[in-house]
Amino acid sequence: MSIELGHFALVLAFAIASVSAVVGLGFWKSGERIAGFLQQASILQFVLIGAAFAVLVQAFVLSDFSLALAVNHSHSDKPLLYRITGVWGNHEGSMLLWVLILVLFGAAVAAFGRQLPRDLLSLVLGMQSLLTAAFAGFTVFTSNPFERMNPAPLQGMDLNPVLQDIGLAIHPPLLYIGYVGFSVCFSFAIAALISGRIDAAWARWVRPWTLLSWVFLTLGISMGSYWAYYELGWGGWWFWDPVENASFMPWLAGTALLHSALVMEKRNAMKVWTVFLAIITFSLSLLGTFLVRSGILTSVHTFASDPTRGLVILTMLAILIGGAFSLFAFRASSLRQGGLFAPISREGSLILNNLFLATATGAILVGTLYPLVLDALTGRSISVGAPFFDLTFAAIMVPLLIVLPFGPFLAWKRGDLVAVTQRLAGAAGLALFVAILIFALSGASISLAPLGLLLGFWVGFGAIAELIDRARIGRLPFRESMRRLFGLPRTAWATAIAHLGVGVTVIGVVSVTAWETERVLTMNVGDVTEIAGYSIAFDGIQDVPGPNFVSEEGTFSVTAPDGGTRTAHPERRIYTASGQPTTEAAILTYGFSQVYMQLGEDGSGESHVVRLWYKPYVTLIWIGTLIMAAGGLLSLSYRRLRVGAPAKAARPGERTVPAE
Amino acid sequence: MTRKQKRLSILAGFAVVLALATTLVLVALRDQIVFFYSPSDIAERGVAAGEPIRLGGLVKTGSWTRVGETNDFVVTDGQTEMSARYVGILPDLFREGQGVVAEGSVTPTGSFLASNVLAKHDENYMPRELVEELKRRGEWEPEDVALGASR
Repeated sequence: MSIELGHFALVLAFAIASVSAVVGLGFWKSGERIAGFLQQASILQFVLIGAAFAVLVQAFVLSDFSLALAVNHSHSDKPLLYRITGVWGNHEGSMLLWVLILVLFGAAVAAFGRQLPRDLLSLVLGMQSLLTAAFAGFTVFTSNPFERMNPAPLQGMDLNPVLQDIGLAIHPPLLYIGYVGFSVCFSFAIAALISGRIDAAWARWVRPWTLLSWVFLTLGISMGSYWAYYELGWGGWWFWDPVENASFMPWLAGTALLHSALVMEKRNAMKVWTVFLAIITFSLSLLGTFLVRSGILTSVHTFASDPTRGLVILTMLAILIGGAFSLFAFRASSLRQGGLFAPISREGSLILNNLFLATATGAILVGTLYPLVLDALTGRSISVGAPFFDLTFAAIMVPLLIVLPFGPFLAWKRGDLVAVTQRLAGAAGLALFVAILIFALSGASISLAPLGLLLGFWVGFGAIAELIDRARIGRLPFRESMRRLFGLPRTAWATAIAHLGVGVTVIGVVSVTAWETERVLTMNVGDVTEIAGYSIAFDGIQDVPGPNFVSEEGTFSVTAPDGGTRTAHPERRIYTASGQPTTEAAILTYGFSQVYMQLGEDGSGESHVVRLWYKPYVTLIWIGTLIMAAGGLLSLSYRRLRVGAPAKAARPGERTVPAE
Repeated sequence: MTRKQKRLSILAGFAVVLALATTLVLVALRDQIVFFYSPSDIAERGVAAGEPIRLGGLVKTGSWTRVGETNDFVVTDGQTEMSARYVGILPDLFREGQGVVAEGSVTPTGSFLASNVLAKHDENYMPRELVEELKRRGEWEPEDVALGASR
């Protein structure tokens, strides 16, 4: 019964969204009553989809095997957490989660958008409803999660064992919030194009949504990377796989959007470009969610693909994205440009940032889609792998990272590059010193690694230098400069923290790429081996039963160079329901570095193949992304930028620009 | 500078960066892409030793032997066979009779040395290239995959 109620709620939400889309986009000029209706409809959509989702969760938790989805992706022996996460560990359920987050954002705009002009609010909610109608409709008609199975089997077929991990509880929801959050920016962009009205206030309304989505997308990608790192057992943290690229492209475009919206908000310039970025970011998010699902591209990470729906998905994407860009082409000229500035200025540096980020996005897009194009044109199958992306992405990122610390130092309108260089000299000198020190300590081998580290330190120290400079530490009495430091606007802190995160990630990437060591060897119980100064002893192996698997668990003693000994348990599991084997790597963290162990299949007698890695400073990669996200959150908490904050100064040009 | 000159200088900067990036992407696309071959393709067209390629096919039943960390197996597309070697731990879903895609290169002796063997989260995974290749050669039996899934 409850399953039918859930199904009904989903269909009802689809119907309400369809009506709202027509009303919002057709009668946006009609003022208060239409806007009020759309607000209520948006909240109602959220309540209905929320109920539908709750029903699905209930069916999975109670192992209701009359639900086809539960039969195919659940098992009553599964621990509770994995019964819940199993809801979105498949195509239909993840679609419903996607729609749930979409309507959550719609409801949030309705709830927090009281300050918005009525016509803008109607257009935005109408556009959100159109998206909801499209994707809820897609879910109902082609991917219905509420299909029954009759007769109901006694037991389900279990969830793919690789997905039975805490990662499935964290990564997809974060990633989806990031992807879908950009739909709000998209709706605002479409609203601006339709109404032909766009100003600094528009940028201020869009900014929190961009920031929020960006923070979640950053966390989602980062957690996905860590999940793949420990679960796949390949020891890698990024494979330039189509799925990863698909999530990375909206991140790059979203990062660009974040910066260009800043120019628009402060200087009322780059309007057309910001609108374009808002459209492209969400288009890439859609591509990220669906291109891989359509079965056109194959990937190591796909777990919810169904090629049969590919055509429907592609048609929908073509209409949505194509429609948005057609609208952009027709209406962009009606948006007036404003704001003069010199090439060397804060605006100029942010344009440079956008140029590089957009170019990087383009390069990744080309690399991701090129196999499709070549296959269609010549029939040859190729793969564009890590070498392509490493080369092009690094080549584009290096100049961006070199100029990054200059940006926050430059003044709006017209900056003084010489003065800024002088103020950054300390950071540059310190970065150079540290890089040379590490170069000397690591044996002074000639490679690109010290240069990469130099870049990382430069970005990190440059970010800190900005705070120090603005607080005048060392030039004013200590207490006075501390007072200035903590009196700095939160946006200044946010910028510095986010940029520091970039530097930390770069350092992690460079050190693990350059100084990682790997060994593959056969070990018998009692053998002792060594990697990067860590002594590793194979103490034994035993069978350990798990809740829904049987595990062959190795016991290894790892002795660090400083003498401490810890135990590691890499496993090989066989999941009883599916008979599928998985490898569970054992990871020991020492400071920022990790020892990573993978157990192979047993050979003759007691011997096992063991794969060992020493990964120096690898955790900095993810710590850096967490720091970036923290910077974003801090900026989001800044009161002046909150959605509900009074938004005066609708008339462009008259607003005083804070001289920060 | 006048407004016009400022705009021109910014546009010129854009053009330079975009031109450089395009060149870079094109050069990388020429040099860094990896072609997909089936054993028959290699037999028919030939591949230079050492050139990085992807080899795809089915792991021949009964061909997988392992000595220590060295794995030897035969990749077949039903017509031609090719012996392959991989040093390391094979993915969990590597099985005889199932599809495999290996990255690596052909050695001067004509066998294949894999640097990476690709597997997927999903156990009924078949790389798209492989499915098409098998279909083309008339070796495609979807039931195999379906059986694999419900095993």
